[in-house]
Amino acid sequence: MSMREMTYGEAVKEAIAEEMRRDPTVFLMGEDVGKAGTVFKVLTGLHDEFGDDRVIDTPIAEAGLVGLGVGAALTGSRPIVDIMFGDFITLAMDQIVNQAAKLRYMSGGQAIVPITIRSTMGAGRSSAAQHSQSLHAWLAHIPGLKVAIPSTPADAKGLFKTAVRDDNPVVIYEDKMMYALKGMVPTEEDYTIPFGQADIKREGDDITLIATSSMVHVALEAADALAEQGISAEVVDPRTLVPLDRETLIESVIKTTRAVVIDEGYKSFGITGEIASIVYNGAFDYIDAPIARLGAMDVPVPFSKPLEDATIPTPEDVIHAVQDMKIIRR
Amino acid sequence: MSLPSEILIKMYRAMLRIRRFEEQIWEVYTGGLMHGLAHLYIGEEAVAVGVCAALRDDDFITSTHRGHGHCVAKGGNLEAMMAEVMGRVTGHCRGKGGSMHIADMSVGILGANGIVGGGFGIATGAALSAQKRGTDQVAVCFFGDGASNQGIFFEVMNFAAIWKLPVIYVCENNHYGEYTPTGNVTAGKSIADRSLPFGIPSTTVDGSDAIAVYEATAQAVERARKGDGATLIECDTYRYRGHHVGDPGEGYRSKEEIESWMAKDPIQQLRTKILDDNIASGAELDAEEREVEKEMENALEAAKAAPYPDVAEVNQHVYA
Repeated sequence: MSMREMTYGEAVKEAIAEEMRRDPTVFLMGEDVGKAGTVFKVLTGLHDEFGDDRVIDTPIAEAGLVGLGVGAALTGSRPIVDIMFGDFITLAMDQIVNQAAKLRYMSGGQAIVPITIRSTMGAGRSSAAQHSQSLHAWLAHIPGLKVAIPSTPADAKGLFKTAVRDDNPVVIYEDKMMYALKGMVPTEEDYTIPFGQADIKREGDDITLIATSSMVHVALEAADALAEQGISAEVVDPRTLVPLDRETLIESVIKTTRAVVIDEGYKSFGITGEIASIVYNGAFDYIDAPIARLGAMDVPVPFSKPLEDATIPTPEDVIHAVQDMKIIRR
Repeated sequence: MSLPSEILIKMYRAMLRIRRFEEQIWEVYTGGLMHGLAHLYIGEEAVAVGVCAALRDDDFITSTHRGHGHCVAKGGNLEAMMAEVMGRVTGHCRGKGGSMHIADMSVGILGANGIVGGGFGIATGAALSAQKRGTDQVAVCFFGDGASNQGIFFEVMNFAAIWKLPVIYVCENNHYGEYTPTGNVTAGKSIADRSLPFGIPSTTVDGSDAIAVYEATAQAVERARKGDGATLIECDTYRYRGHHVGDPGEGYRSKEEIESWMAKDPIQQLRTKILDDNIASGAELDAEEREVEKEMENALEAAKAAPYPDVAEVNQHVYA
């Protein structure tokens, strides 16, 4: 497979460009996606190639924006709708939850709604409480939606292309702290990653670290440190929350007998609770220690750097959670 | 402008079909054959019919929770509609949507909607899609006076104006948002005025006059197909019955008010016009009525005889 090194942001842009070249019904719309290439500057160049007709700056009106996307998707187009910050998805919840997610079901299978909603998540930029949340669990809760949450440039590209080609509404969350992250990315035009396939980012035997999005890198860093202590950690990235690859998560924990689940959403009522429950049920007879869960602290994300940093799981938090399990070295 | 007689007859027949359908719903509902909620369109028929008569099959509409009339007018199948509201598998949506979510994509009915104002985004997006795909299709968004206070109404008018989208916003002002008089909760002189700051032309028409509604819509459709953008049409109308079956519609509305609207009944108005202009005889119109009656009876019998969906269908159609 031919590969090229690129950043996470470049991988997203390449995925969009390739899909737009492949399918004339695909267009991109959102706030500042045109000449500006988004506020994160990750899509610069798309407007030059595709012009005003297909890379469309919109008013700051998230409900209307997503609503138009839903209507367009229902009638023969495949829109990609950009919601700058995941926090702003709250303004479009009726459109996503009551309309996009339900139109196929309510119509008894007549409708398809092939809309891709891309948005961002993640704290760490001192952007405070309304520009830092990771609210992906809200949407993973709703039947009818698919939710992808890539952690690497290669995954970002492959999952994004799958999202655009999917006939269902897909919400894809990019952690804005990862846009500059570099990695090798396949360059084939038909490189896609099927939804519902977890990826083992690092193999190990003593404990499974199930991590999503930027928390995959927190887990990998922790795994390096744990290796020095003689603990072999396996890092598993679900990559999509809906559909969720339950089997791979369960099999890994059956092998290692222990698990820490790490996700940047709020810990309460969130992804980590759901995944822990799935693993408990699937691997109950094999589990040697209570599953640990690490999520964002249950507070609004604070502005001041030391406060903000205290809310996000760190490699040290992962290591402490593992140490608490008192793994007997083999 | 005098309309071709076939359009008048077509509209007369369509209004009768809606009226009979809704009367039948009343009976089905109170007879225990239908569950949930039923919001009847009786009295408002001229709006749906006048609008849809000016549309093509491949044009789009979005409907509301009071949506049976729109669906009949746009070409929904009476049997499949009746089966749907009764939760039968032969319904348009295999019984999964029910009264508030009837959709028939094959004739451009993008769905009735249980969220007040739920069609604004979808209709405007369908218009955007038509523009992007280079067709001359138009999209109509039916909405009520209540929905005119939802924020997304203003968002989509802005989108429609900046991009000159082929969309027509049709407000059915029946003067009550559920039980609350519109005037008590709605600022400004008229809902039609609300598009003017966006540069979207608007007009107010007598919503009991199918011909007036048709003419206003035909003009808006022409604008939209030419690429001149959106139009807002406010139709002054009234529902004879309550907000839903179970609400008698009295108490918050006076008998005199109800009677004054019934005195200018849309179906009677058009009948009088057709007779006065010698377009058809009373006997011919009565025959139309009997045909609609027959069609309705067949639809009801077929729906009653149809099975409920197999429970195995409950988790089908969540995803494509």
